[in-house]
Amino acid sequence: MSINLKTIKHIAKLSRISIDDKKAKELEKDLNSIFEFIETLNKVDTKKVEPLTSIAETSLKLRGDVVKTKNIREKILKNSPDENKDFFVVPKVVE
Amino acid sequence: MSDIINLTLSALIDKIKNKELSSQEITKAYIARAEKSKDLNTYITTDFENAIEKAKKFDEKGNFDYELPGVPLAVKDLFCTNNLKTTAGSKILSNFIPSYESTVTQHLWDEGAILLGKLNCDEFAMGSSNETSFFGNVESPVGKKVVPGGSSGGSASALAAKLTPATIGTDTGGSIRQPASFTGTVGLKPTYGSCSRYGIVAFASSLDQAGPMTQDVSDAALMLDVISKYDLKDSTSVNFKRGDYFKSLSSNIKGKKIGIPKEYRVDGMPKEIESLWQDGITLLKKLGAKIIDISLPHTKYALPAYYIVAPAEASSNLARYDGVKYGYRSQGENLISMYENTRSEGFGDEVKRRIMIGTYVLSSGYYDAYYLKAQKIRRLIKNDFDEAYKSVDAILTPSTPSSAFNIGDKTDDPVSMYLNDIFTVPVNLSGLPAISIPAGKDKNNYPLGLQLIGKAFEEQNLLNISYSMEKELSFKNNLQDWWIK
Repeated sequence: MSINLKTIKHIAKLSRISIDDKKAKELEKDLNSIFEFIETLNKVDTKKVEPLTSIAETSLKLRGDVVKTKNIREKILKNSPDENKDFFVVPKVVE
Repeated sequence: MSDIINLTLSALIDKIKNKELSSQEITKAYIARAEKSKDLNTYITTDFENAIEKAKKFDEKGNFDYELPGVPLAVKDLFCTNNLKTTAGSKILSNFIPSYESTVTQHLWDEGAILLGKLNCDEFAMGSSNETSFFGNVESPVGKKVVPGGSSGGSASALAAKLTPATIGTDTGGSIRQPASFTGTVGLKPTYGSCSRYGIVAFASSLDQAGPMTQDVSDAALMLDVISKYDLKDSTSVNFKRGDYFKSLSSNIKGKKIGIPKEYRVDGMPKEIESLWQDGITLLKKLGAKIIDISLPHTKYALPAYYIVAPAEASSNLARYDGVKYGYRSQGENLISMYENTRSEGFGDEVKRRIMIGTYVLSSGYYDAYYLKAQKIRRLIKNDFDEAYKSVDAILTPSTPSSAFNIGDKTDDPVSMYLNDIFTVPVNLSGLPAISIPAGKDKNNYPLGLQLIGKAFEEQNLLNISYSMEKELSFKNNLQDWWIK
């Protein structure tokens, strides 16, 4: 199976990464060689195998629903690329 | 001063405790050497002024009972450090100043250690040569224009060049062990769940694990004592009975059963690696261990499975970098184009490749064929180890299929770069502990490492076997300080 340019552009869109045509062509070459390598997995019969999702196969621990950190708004906003007092600011999303 | 930087971590601690050396003397010695070693490009951020201040405070009223009393340490720039820039080697985090501390680095400071600065690494720990860092290549002290390995390349280079007495890295597919092998140092990847992942910039959450990188095995045990602790802030942290690793070190390995997996004898492996491995086997026999041939039949599928699982998790983990709450932001005419431009400009090529692979294998219609398939292969790989561990206590392999290569040699072909991790990746997929110890040199005088893989949560056993081997190997890097200006 090979990944064509159209698919590359679709994946880029899903990934929220803008790419130009030159970059898309590079990625087409790289991803195809990587997937050729990945597809050796098809040689293995896994019909009766249970997937391994995590090594620590324990259930998540429960904890009390208690606030532990308070009044850290300023600390959190400090790293924001754009802010307005108490909020993160993004380009306008409603007309 | 040259005496100071030649001391191992444990020797340094003894001298501090005996008041033969002050924290200030030691800290200044490492800083002076770092100032002369800028060409290696090991540091992304230095915190030297604060380090001297902290050392002064320690000398005035420090607690000498700490495990790391007044010891200066530099760490990989993947660990969040409170109020000190943490970049993960990426442009997208190039201005990020965390408001909290990672659990493992907090353990270091709680035991008296002093932060020197943050060490270079591949961007988001994705790479095997430290060539994907936004902050440039790192050179290895073992040779000019030679890569230190990756992703913990800055850590390995700084350690080998004696810019820090020990360090910590992270290992998702070999990122501690491969650079340790390339630089003649010791690198330990603990069992998944041993060291907290809280505050470590996430790459692939089911594989990531922090661990020590040190000059010798005793130092690795000492560092593991400090950083391996149960942590409620990491939901995959495991509450098992941890050993007293340093105090319990023993070089008596008589009767230990060591497995030799035939599948690690790969095509095209250099003769010197083959003979390094053979010498390791001979040495273990001499030390009284029993050598047993084993089979790990699914080994060759580990790397392709890894290149589904790791990018899939990465694409999900890296979705948070959108230019809104922190990090680099580009412009765009609307919200979506701002996201797309931010991520396009903020991530480097290798990171973009992996996000795209991950997005693809998780996308509708491909999930079963790729992601689910890889998880099933992961089960088979873990089953191979479970089966082997019915008859052996540990497994010996080479750490890497080659010695260190030159900067630029493998950057054009992603798959050839990925093959570096062929011997280390199965360990992460199975969550097992493994250590790389320097065991010899190649024809260029570049170091070569041997890897010991252990049973889950049996780090002590691994440390003891490598400790006993290290004594006999008496490896010396003998670097010529060519990079000192």
